[in-house]
Amino acid sequence: MKKLLIPALLAALIVGCSSTPIDETAGAPVESRSGSGVTPVTAGGLDSRGLPRELTDPKSVLSQRSIYFDLDKYEVKDEYKDLVAAHAKYLVTNKGFKVLIQGNTDERGSREYNLSLGQKRSDAVKRSLTVLGAREDQVESVSLGEEKPKNPGHDELAWSENRRADILYRAPDGRGEF
Amino acid sequence: MPQIFHKILLSLALMAATLAQAQLTVEITGAGANRIPVAIANFAGDAAAAQVVTATVRADLERSGLFKLVDPGATPLDENVQVNLGDWKGRGADALAAGSLARGADGRMEARFRLYDTQKQVALGGAVFVTSNDQLRAAGHRIADYIYEKLTGERGVFSTRIAYVIKSGNQFRLQIADADGQGAATALSSAEPIISPVWSPDGSKLAYVSFEKKKPVIYIHSLASGQRQVVANFKGSNSAPAWAPDGQRLAIVLSKDGNSQIYAVNADGTGLQRLSQSSGIDTEPRFSPDGGTIYFTSDRGGSPQIYRMSANGGGAQRVTFEGTYNVSPRPSPDGKSLAFIARRDGRFQLSVMDLASKQVQILTDSQKDESPSFAPNSRMILFATEIGGRGVLSAVSSDGRIKQRLSIAGGDVREPAWGPFIQ
Repeated sequence: MKKLLIPALLAALIVGCSSTPIDETAGAPVESRSGSGVTPVTAGGLDSRGLPRELTDPKSVLSQRSIYFDLDKYEVKDEYKDLVAAHAKYLVTNKGFKVLIQGNTDERGSREYNLSLGQKRSDAVKRSLTVLGAREDQVESVSLGEEKPKNPGHDELAWSENRRADILYRAPDGRGEF
Repeated sequence: MPQIFHKILLSLALMAATLAQAQLTVEITGAGANRIPVAIANFAGDAAAAQVVTATVRADLERSGLFKLVDPGATPLDENVQVNLGDWKGRGADALAAGSLARGADGRMEARFRLYDTQKQVALGGAVFVTSNDQLRAAGHRIADYIYEKLTGERGVFSTRIAYVIKSGNQFRLQIADADGQGAATALSSAEPIISPVWSPDGSKLAYVSFEKKKPVIYIHSLASGQRQVVANFKGSNSAPAWAPDGQRLAIVLSKDGNSQIYAVNADGTGLQRLSQSSGIDTEPRFSPDGGTIYFTSDRGGSPQIYRMSANGGGAQRVTFEGTYNVSPRPSPDGKSLAFIARRDGRFQLSVMDLASKQVQILTDSQKDESPSFAPNSRMILFATEIGGRGVLSAVSSDGRIKQRLSIAGGDVREPAWGPFIQ
């Protein structure tokens, strides 16, 4: 109930503060409607893998699951600190959830050595999450090395997309992405 | 650069259309300097069977790069016929093999042969191999091994098998084939990657890393039964298995305690013991043939280099010093050399170090060599490389002279592993 009240109150406040006179002669906002014109919203809904929508809805920061790394680098860059913090916060709030972090590398060099390099990337993300309060047993860091490239190309652009760690979620009931 | 002596396309007799796609084609792109001229006569007896056997023997010897085939003429010669060795010497053959194929009382085929030295005018020996009809090529490989050993003094590897991974589309297949690429069979199909296959010393099993659980896990796979067993599925990554020569234990790499580190484990997954202790990456362990030493890759010195340590763990000594990227160490079965991949000017090239002199030789001029694997007689090194953006297997002799290429239509081939001698 509380959750529903807050947006309603906010809406009332915004209307109350509005000081711009509304010109009644201007055309009403045009809406393009299809069908009933109603967008279905499911509160607390789950996606097809049984995960809460806030983890997969493209509008949610938590749907951003990839952290990219520079060549030969294994530290989480500053531009991903907020992203990692959001995931850490989710894990702190939702203690039954677990994540699998998969580290990846570009294709150059030994497959097994790349597997170890990918591990360094996933370990770095894991450290960031646990420092921010996620429990050790909520986070597993593994490596896919060069074996699962996001971009199958063989140029610098492809390689930069493949130097990456991905965060996969699993719900307390065991459903999810891994 | 070794000169290209000849270029021959072999291995085209396909049993079934479905096999065609999975068949490796072997192309010889270089040969030894002093090839032994040898004549393999058409074997007598059952003509169809004899054709399969003699074709296999000839192809094997030719592919090795150590022999030059002398035209034997069309007349079949069995192992008991009186041959005029002087004539054969006159035709340019240093050695001659003659034989026959006959169906035994139990319905199986018997392949008999005799090998002659035309210089010394003596018989070097002979043998009989009994096989079922669909194993005629295996009999040919056995005969080729016999001839190879008599004439070169080292054991042949024509009867051995190789394992490799094919990626086609999003499908990964771990395949087993004869050393000439024929008779390929799929041991494992998966929608997730399979890497790092290694043969058990008795040739009955493979250990490998499969990603089917969304993370790398080490399995042991019995080839005859198809039975699979998880050897290591600890938290984090499990990878880079290597068999100890006794077949009882494996060295593996785990990240469960932080960085990738080397551990030993029994083949049934019990008795885990940590072997390496570093704050960096330690991976790609391989046992020396006597089992006493483990070679591995480590970045403890700031760049990936090859080190060695006791198989019981403890202190490590650096082995490679040239360049900033030396990985994937593979000691040769004879213990004399170490194959590895070196990065030079941005190219990843198969290299070999003579362990006594520490002399390093770069064996290829390719861009993207990976995963070397010695033949059990230490003469050839099989490895993965890329040609025209496609994964192929190549083999090169440890002196760099003889070169072969094994490719598959419509697939990326990688992660080769040469199996042990067949007992």
